[in-house]
Amino acid sequence: MSTVKLDITREHCPMTFVKTKIELSKLKSGDVLEVLLTEGEPLDNVPKSVTEQGFTVLEVTHIEGQVHKVVIQK
Amino acid sequence: MGTTEFALKNQQSDQKKLSLISFSGDFDKLVATFTLATGAAAVGYEVNIFFTFWGLDAIKKKQGRAFVGKGFLPKLFGFFMGGLRSAPVSRLNFLGASPKIFRYMMRKNNVATLEELVDAAKVLGINLYACEMAMHILGLQKSDFIHEVKDVLGVATFLKISDGGQTLFI
Repeated sequence: MSTVKLDITREHCPMTFVKTKIELSKLKSGDVLEVLLTEGEPLDNVPKSVTEQGFTVLEVTHIEGQVHKVVIQK
Repeated sequence: MGTTEFALKNQQSDQKKLSLISFSGDFDKLVATFTLATGAAAVGYEVNIFFTFWGLDAIKKKQGRAFVGKGFLPKLFGFFMGGLRSAPVSRLNFLGASPKIFRYMMRKNNVATLEELVDAAKVLGINLYACEMAMHILGLQKSDFIHEVKDVLGVATFLKISDGGQTLFI
């Protein structure tokens, strides 16, 4: 099981979702993706959309300012 | 199993679906098309894009101006229509200067450019289809398009593929 980090704090719609989805598609079942993202659309919708697609959100943590970390397991 | 049959089979599943008819070859409208398409695919939608008429420019292998097509008139049209890289904006095109300025502003503001969106669409496995009728008029063949184009379709098949989802004409 491996952990991959992804920073989408500088990305805008739709690449926030696109980069998360592409990164998740590269992982094996059980692997973990740590996503750094900002408040607003990414924080509201990335955890929701990955959950809908059958992935597990293990953790959502506030890092600093507007940046949050979402930990997703495939 | 053929691509079309596969798409038809998919329609019976519970997956949400978005089908886009890409009619305009304009830069700004293609950005809208590919933004919606990649965003929807990334959040789990099945996405189909049906390229017709000017929209076919977006999926040509030759992205600049080239004499693509069979016959004199199609070749001439093919040259003036160009490909993805020569797509004009729908307003204030300024003889082709605006798309270059837009690309610069998109990169500067860290927004995905049209080319990046098209690449993402390919990676996400979005279903790209070409309109048989428009190809016939413009003298285009499937081999004139990027290999990610899955099939050449008519209206009836597109309606079957898009049935049960949302459809937009851009």
